[in-house]
Amino acid sequence: MPPLIEIRNMKKVYGEEEAAVYALAGVDVQVERGEFVAIMGPSGSGKSTLMNILGCLDRPSSGEYILDGRDVSQLSKNELAEVRNQKLGFIFQSFNLLPRLSALANVMLPMLYNPVEDISDAEAEARATASLEAVGLGARLHHRPNQLSGGQQQRVAIARALVNRPPLILADEPTGNLDSKASVEIMDILHKLHREGVTIVMVTHEPDIAAHAGRTICVRDGKIVQSGKCAEAR
Amino acid sequence: MKPQKILRSAWEGLMLNKVRSFLTTLGVIIGVASVIVMLAVSAGTEAAIAEQINALGANLIIVSPARGTPGAARTLLIDDAYAIAEQVVGITGISAEQAPVAQVVKANNLTLENIAVIGVTADFPDVRDYAVASGRFFDSAEDDRKAKVAVLGAGIAADFFGADDPVGQTITVGSTKLTILGVMEAKGMVADVDYDGRIYLPINLVFQKYVTTSSIGGDRVRTIYVKSESQDKIPSIIAQITALLAERHDVEASKPDFTVQTQQDIIATQEATTAAFRDLLAWVAGVSLLVGGIGIMNIMLVSVTERTREIGLRQALGARPADVLMQFLLEAIILSLAGGLAGVALGVGGAYLFGALGTMQTAIVPESIPLAFGAAAIVGIFFGYYPATQAAKLDPIVALRHE
Repeated sequence: MPPLIEIRNMKKVYGEEEAAVYALAGVDVQVERGEFVAIMGPSGSGKSTLMNILGCLDRPSSGEYILDGRDVSQLSKNELAEVRNQKLGFIFQSFNLLPRLSALANVMLPMLYNPVEDISDAEAEARATASLEAVGLGARLHHRPNQLSGGQQQRVAIARALVNRPPLILADEPTGNLDSKASVEIMDILHKLHREGVTIVMVTHEPDIAAHAGRTICVRDGKIVQSGKCAEAR
Repeated sequence: MKPQKILRSAWEGLMLNKVRSFLTTLGVIIGVASVIVMLAVSAGTEAAIAEQINALGANLIIVSPARGTPGAARTLLIDDAYAIAEQVVGITGISAEQAPVAQVVKANNLTLENIAVIGVTADFPDVRDYAVASGRFFDSAEDDRKAKVAVLGAGIAADFFGADDPVGQTITVGSTKLTILGVMEAKGMVADVDYDGRIYLPINLVFQKYVTTSSIGGDRVRTIYVKSESQDKIPSIIAQITALLAERHDVEASKPDFTVQTQQDIIATQEATTAAFRDLLAWVAGVSLLVGGIGIMNIMLVSVTERTREIGLRQALGARPADVLMQFLLEAIILSLAGGLAGVALGVGGAYLFGALGTMQTAIVPESIPLAFGAAAIVGIFFGYYPATQAAKLDPIVALRHE
């Protein structure tokens, strides 16, 4: 089976000619199915740019990005939206839950935009409920985000990321806004998902969080460097 | 994304901020309601004027001196009226009228000043569709011999004699003692004339006793009313009168020193006036609808800014630009349609209420409802489109980072 992610000689340039700034200066990344990978790097290293491109929120200036067997590097906005909906689940540092909606309604959102499958309301509710139960929030379906703890809010976000059953979960500093106890909870859930076969790519700047991953990719000055230099970079 | 799902999320978006949504629609509600009320008021005014003019009598042709003609004071004479009565074919009668200055009137030991007196010919009740309630009207023989008789308007009769029957009593108008022949039925105010508050005298008696200013002569009439046998004879009668009077006055028919009008002409003149008034009101109402639309655009732009993160998140979860556009466009359309519906209800209710309270006469114009409602919908689409494109254009990376 081909790798889930294959990035070849990817560049991202801002500005033109002499003023050109390379956020990514020729990057090769490969992530196998079922891997748990951490991306580390100092701020300005290009790791956010890499993450945005991995998340199909941005397009590279050149190079290939093959996701689940399809080159997504030069797709239109609409096609990228479809890829995000079907192939990716996002977990953000600041959770990004809609504050006026219940946990259940938040988790149902990705199904609203599913372009492949027309999911009935009852079916969407059943799937969202199952997803919330999987992260241990079966008793909090109708709570609003402000009625939940930070750890619980991040679990709602994980449930939302999982609900369309994407092959890849992208976590951007998932524990950045959480205390250590909640961080442990979230990492436990990510481990559980990993054991179940979900591929996870996680950006973090905390080495002890990165240590949960099976492998660490270090980004520095728009390039991938040997993992040993990550600690040095901090 | 299926349309009903977008519709639902647009609806949910609005319901999250009910007070603001309501305040936003208020502009459209007021705009739509004022379009309907203003059109109802002007239609009501037009109907009232037409009703009053028709109350002058059916199938009437009205001959009067042309305004502003040199020497116009002597243009229309009682002999012109007699000539019309004798020579014009297709008429049932004429009523020449002349009003002298108001008189002091005494009767039944009472004196009232400033009473309107009007000299008319014997066919007056028939021509003007105005019947005698008790006694009788004078006949043309009595008119010709300037008989000292009078017929009272219902209000004058009541003022002097209360509930008693005044027929056969005497009344002194100015310095002349007259016998009361009859009392007219109550007619009320028609086109600003109080028919009940007048005393009707033979016109030749008026010429002799009350129009004393020798310079204009005692045979001038103010108006000649001509009653046609039927509606379709009116054009021919107008032509005959015009030809006859032009010949009698020795003027060209194309430059007459008199005017010949029908009630329809008068109604049309009035309608032209009220149409200008109505158009002005409709513009004012339209402007308020426009302001309501700008209010919607304003709030939608605020909403897009406020919900930038939400938009970024929806994009990350797979919303296409078109999905975001539709959601915000539908929010604006829902706001303006809801405002339109509420405005129609308020406008119809308000117009009905004004009518019922007697503040002013109103007639709801049925076309104004789809017109106002459709305008509200167009306002929603027009003013909702720009904020919606702003939302759809957002870059998800920037939007997600927005504080």
